[in-house]
Amino acid sequence: MTDAALPHATVTTGASTRRDFGLKRRHAAEFRFRLYGIVAIIIGLGFLAILLVSIVGKGYTAFVQTAITVPVEFSASIIDKDNERATNPRVLVSANYPIIARNAVAKALGVSTDDKAAMREIAKFVSDGSRSMLRDIVVADPSVIGTTRNVTLLAAADIDSANKGQIDLTVPQDKRKVSDLQVGWLEQLKQEGAISTPFNWGLITFGASSRPETAGLGVALVGSLYMMAIVLLCALPIGVAASIYLEEFAKKNRFTDFIEVNINNLAAVPSIVFGLLGLAVFINFFGMPRSAPIVGGLVLTLMTLPTIIIATRAALRSVPPSIRSAALGIGASKMQMVFDHVLPLATPGILTGTIIGLARALGETAPLLLIGMVAFVADRPTTPLDPATALPVQIYMWANEAERAFVERTSGAIIVLLLFLALMNLAAILLRRRFERRW
Amino acid sequence: MSLESAATLAAPVSRPNAPPKMTGENVGVFYGAKQALFDVNLKIEQFNVTSLIGPSGCGKSTFLRSLNRMNDTIDGCRVTGKINLDEDDIYDPSIDVVELRARVGMVFQKPNPFPKSIYENVAYGPKIHGIARNKADLDEIVHSSLRRAGLWNEVKDRLQEPGTGLSGGQQQRLCIARAIATKPEVLLMDEPCSALDPIATAVIEELIDELRENFTIVIVTHSMQQAARVSQKTAFFHLGKLIEEGKTEDIFTNPKNKQTQDYITGRIG
Repeated sequence: MTDAALPHATVTTGASTRRDFGLKRRHAAEFRFRLYGIVAIIIGLGFLAILLVSIVGKGYTAFVQTAITVPVEFSASIIDKDNERATNPRVLVSANYPIIARNAVAKALGVSTDDKAAMREIAKFVSDGSRSMLRDIVVADPSVIGTTRNVTLLAAADIDSANKGQIDLTVPQDKRKVSDLQVGWLEQLKQEGAISTPFNWGLITFGASSRPETAGLGVALVGSLYMMAIVLLCALPIGVAASIYLEEFAKKNRFTDFIEVNINNLAAVPSIVFGLLGLAVFINFFGMPRSAPIVGGLVLTLMTLPTIIIATRAALRSVPPSIRSAALGIGASKMQMVFDHVLPLATPGILTGTIIGLARALGETAPLLLIGMVAFVADRPTTPLDPATALPVQIYMWANEAERAFVERTSGAIIVLLLFLALMNLAAILLRRRFERRW
Repeated sequence: MSLESAATLAAPVSRPNAPPKMTGENVGVFYGAKQALFDVNLKIEQFNVTSLIGPSGCGKSTFLRSLNRMNDTIDGCRVTGKINLDEDDIYDPSIDVVELRARVGMVFQKPNPFPKSIYENVAYGPKIHGIARNKADLDEIVHSSLRRAGLWNEVKDRLQEPGTGLSGGQQQRLCIARAIATKPEVLLMDEPCSALDPIATAVIEELIDELRENFTIVIVTHSMQQAARVSQKTAFFHLGKLIEEGKTEDIFTNPKNKQTQDYITGRIG
């Protein structure tokens, strides 16, 4: 009897005669596909690791700052030589504090204050930020005049870099920013325990400054915070309301199709175009102030709206129609159906979309350049109408600076920005969890 | 069990003089340009179970959904003719669908409890219609609705647990409890057992028989045995037309129309 005559028998009699389903080929294809996937993930993770290592490696030093603790003599003859502070408090503000700082350091180093050359070196050793620091001490408590106190002064940016080992000391003295004399002093003060590297609060509190050691993200942080608040307050209600209307109430016709196409197109418009729009509409037409977070926030609102609308509509569409039927079937009005049943189920999706939109807005730079938020702002804004900058803009400005100390600050600022983005994503995950558990 | 004996089990409640609860006159339904239902004339008797049978796509669900205007939610759907609930024309502009659906409740093919607690599921209707005056009132409505839906003993200790955690049959009874909590006059059921196993189906059928003491019930079903078991009146639809209607026992034992006979004997469908 042949195999052809008994096909079923061949299937069941032993392994040697089993039919060929191409299993080997299929398994190989599956194995290859999984391999491609794993390779793709490894490449992605690798680049992420390189990015993080490079940024953190360059930037972590920005979070500490070299400081010099020396006894400072608040000499009355320098601060208030005519002894008129009782009648004219202005003298305490305008006194020559840098000299006090220099004298204090010179004394600690054992350098004579008459040595003009050495004093010039000392002037470059201590940060000019000690001016406002000492002034604040004296203005807050004038009774310190005439006494001597231990004060922690900021070191100048180049000394800070040298202390962090970022300056190559093997190159000849005239080709680097710190002199051998200063390096010697640094070592001497280290021996005496006067040099410390505390956490650099200035990085997140100071405003703009041309001196790296007194430049910080304070203004940018406040500006970004105001803008995020404005985006959240404006874009979320408008976006969700628009989506609910389009998805649940509007009749499907040409006009709503046209609106839908335009919303999708708006999501793809380059952000700099929104900047131009903001400049033309908010600043030129409505006369709002330049460089203000309110304008930045409104521009970013316009930019974020399409993202929120698209995410919200997708979230609403993913609510099963049976829930809508159930609500309508027991006599709920359309509005009750939406707000009691559909919207709560769509909330996790809406929140995710909103936070993704906000995160995109937080990292946006181009439109802010056009409305004047790239500016030298030294004082923290008190209201959204005051001039401010934003985190990514501050990074952009610092990246253009030449000093070595600004390089680490740029990376430090990027770390701060990434931290904020990570926090926002965490918030998105937590909110999702919370709302999903409720339902 | 033969069809004949099944039909005689559910004897019609004899209220010969009572006017019909709902009447459809020349009802036609269009989905866009396509007509799905043609000139249906049907009377639905009070405190009876009327079953609508017929092959898929015959228009029985379309007719059911036009009785509480659920068709309104479909874009491009248009209803012609006249449907009355007692004296009111339900397609009259003066009738609000919210009020209509409170009077004509609905149970769907797939159990669709809200993703909320069992209590919230049943309490939602009375809450939005302002039926309960206070919390005790609401509790009473929820408890009695669950009892009438035959679900009370199974859920009384876990009213705050999500309704979606119940089994399929329990979910469907929860949906029935939710529908009767608003105290409707008519209860529409769109293949309420098609997603359930035979045991859950038997429980629901028994429940339907009990509910007809207080509600007028219209049920769409694919199962002729079910129609025979639970209903007093049966209407047979085919290709969008009402072919034959009458007492269930007559339809199943002595159909007048050839198509009806073919369908109930399994030759078409």
